[in-house]
Amino acid sequence: MTALNIGTTIYIPRDSSALSMGAEKVAIAIAQEAKKRGLEVTITRNGSRGLYWLETMVEVATDNGRVAYGPVKAIDVPSLFDADFLNAKAHPLSLGLTEEIDWLKKQQRLTFARVGITDPVSLEDYVAHDGYKGLKNALVLTGAEIVKAVSDSGLRGRGGAAFPTGIKWNTVLGCKSDQKYIVCNADEGDSGTFSDRMIMEDDPFVLIEGMTIAGVAVGATQGYIYLRSEYPHALKALNEAIAKAEAAGYLGNKICGSTHTFNLEVRRAAGAYVCGEETSLLESLEGKRGLVRFKPPLPAIEGLFGKPTVVNNVISLATVPIILDKGAQYYADYGMGRSRGTLPIQLAGNLKHGGLVELAFGITLRELLYDYGGGSATGKPIRAVQVGGPLGAFLPESQFDKPLDYEAFTNIWAVVGHGGIVAFDDTVEMAKMARYAFEFCAIESCGKCTPCRIGSTRGVEVIDKIIAGKDTVKNVKLLRDLSDTMLNGSLCALGGMTPYPVLSAMNHFPEDFGIVK
Amino acid sequence: MQDLETKQDLSAKVDALIAQYRHMLGALLPLLHAIQDDIGYVPESSYPQIAKALSLSVAEVHGVVTFYHHFRTHKPGRHVVQICRAESCQSMGSGALEAHAKKCLNVDYHQTTSDDAITLEAVYCLGNCALSPAVMMDGEVYGRVSAADLDALIAEARA
Repeated sequence: MTALNIGTTIYIPRDSSALSMGAEKVAIAIAQEAKKRGLEVTITRNGSRGLYWLETMVEVATDNGRVAYGPVKAIDVPSLFDADFLNAKAHPLSLGLTEEIDWLKKQQRLTFARVGITDPVSLEDYVAHDGYKGLKNALVLTGAEIVKAVSDSGLRGRGGAAFPTGIKWNTVLGCKSDQKYIVCNADEGDSGTFSDRMIMEDDPFVLIEGMTIAGVAVGATQGYIYLRSEYPHALKALNEAIAKAEAAGYLGNKICGSTHTFNLEVRRAAGAYVCGEETSLLESLEGKRGLVRFKPPLPAIEGLFGKPTVVNNVISLATVPIILDKGAQYYADYGMGRSRGTLPIQLAGNLKHGGLVELAFGITLRELLYDYGGGSATGKPIRAVQVGGPLGAFLPESQFDKPLDYEAFTNIWAVVGHGGIVAFDDTVEMAKMARYAFEFCAIESCGKCTPCRIGSTRGVEVIDKIIAGKDTVKNVKLLRDLSDTMLNGSLCALGGMTPYPVLSAMNHFPEDFGIVK
Repeated sequence: MQDLETKQDLSAKVDALIAQYRHMLGALLPLLHAIQDDIGYVPESSYPQIAKALSLSVAEVHGVVTFYHHFRTHKPGRHVVQICRAESCQSMGSGALEAHAKKCLNVDYHQTTSDDAITLEAVYCLGNCALSPAVMMDGEVYGRVSAADLDALIAEARA
């Protein structure tokens, strides 16, 4: 028995959500137990498969593929050895072959193709799993041809605004300048979202490759990743990966023997939600307070330090390599209507099975909440979901059959945003959620425009009166007026979209506001 | 004792970091991070030094330090506990967890316990939303945190 086990490879995630469930302790316990029993094992710290309710998920390599066990706690480790998990034997925590787990098998992982499979900071692993094929293809194309491929793929900004990525790139390509920049917006502040974090922690090279392709396409030689300070593990993984890419000639001067130069640096944000807005982000990168800029000029024309700048979300940039590898049509064949490709959807909040589900656009909320999410974690009915972060609308059960698609959501006065879905059970108090939306806006407002700076505080006050049942009719009218001002008069989406959660809560759940239907 | 770190010590540390960062494009945020990583906070007494080195006014440095929630101007406790207040964690009972923490530690947000062990902070999303409610302590994330889990974490930190 022992002889068969020599060198068995065990995968234990280093992803921070897995770590939050004790993955580090599990890794230590497995190493110690193996040593104690005189068994030789190789522990690889992979990314997470995104089945977070099963973390810590431990996988064992077998001839038939990886076999998974989870959720494993350090205390379970001796019994796993007793059951001979190194030979993929049964244990109460057995999940079978990882690739055959229904939740994972039904997904269409393009951007997340490698996540959970590879060692995130192994360049060899990345290259062995189709990494840098996109860049190799890009290096023999002209900038215009690369931009055309991105345009033809139909890729739209995955940060939330859904602006066509190719159009942005084309504007920067057309600018004449001694210096251009690629800026990655990694200030993923929306509650209910973690897909950017997963890419950066679990497959950082794909983001580096995507940014390099962007640089080659538009003629930018310097890139910055503006990373939120709440993601220390992503910082470590990115810096390690960047150092390896530099050492191997994938970054720096004459990348891959070409004439192109591209350097990349991670800059830490400092806990301001508004810096996820692209102009505020640029101000912050320049070392200033994150005050939102007026547009125009567009950042594509006058961006970082006044130079033409591509500002894209992590997922947008991390999707570029597969488009350049497999072709624009391959990507565009997924999706519906004008929402092409796949969306990494994040199932969060009060759900039994939270995690990362990458699928083509078009799946319904109900399928996501029940088929994937498994219903609420508390076992109570799901009463509301908020899609698209703190500036997204709350949706009631009657809208769970809408397909996830940018235009379909616009039609119901909602947003897909960055693809985060937060579920609430029937204990949620919607007036309190509306109040929180204003409170959050007041805390995070940059203060430049009046509707956001003052409106958010006035909003909290008015909702407090409504919650207290004071002059409800009058105050509801006032709240709608205020929301109208913020919607139409704010400089950016923070003030401009805070009315989405507020009004959707009030419109769909009037009983929580003491409003008679 | 660290608390009694003299003004000169702080000033010398800040000078060393300024020398390291001043030539970077957009140097202020990286420099402030480096100072806080090293000292634990950004002392107000360092504003003139920073301002001079980066050709800014003291008001501009003050403006940047106070704009960003991450930077603090006073020494924190030995451990920093951040509780996520965002929607996903609310859906899983973070409100009760916040109330529990404030009561047990006898502090509000941005305050430090009387034994100097714990500084309590709010945070708006740790990206651990599939495992809400989430807490971060000294840079490590914890998921599905119950009141008992939080008590255990704090007790371990205090020990």
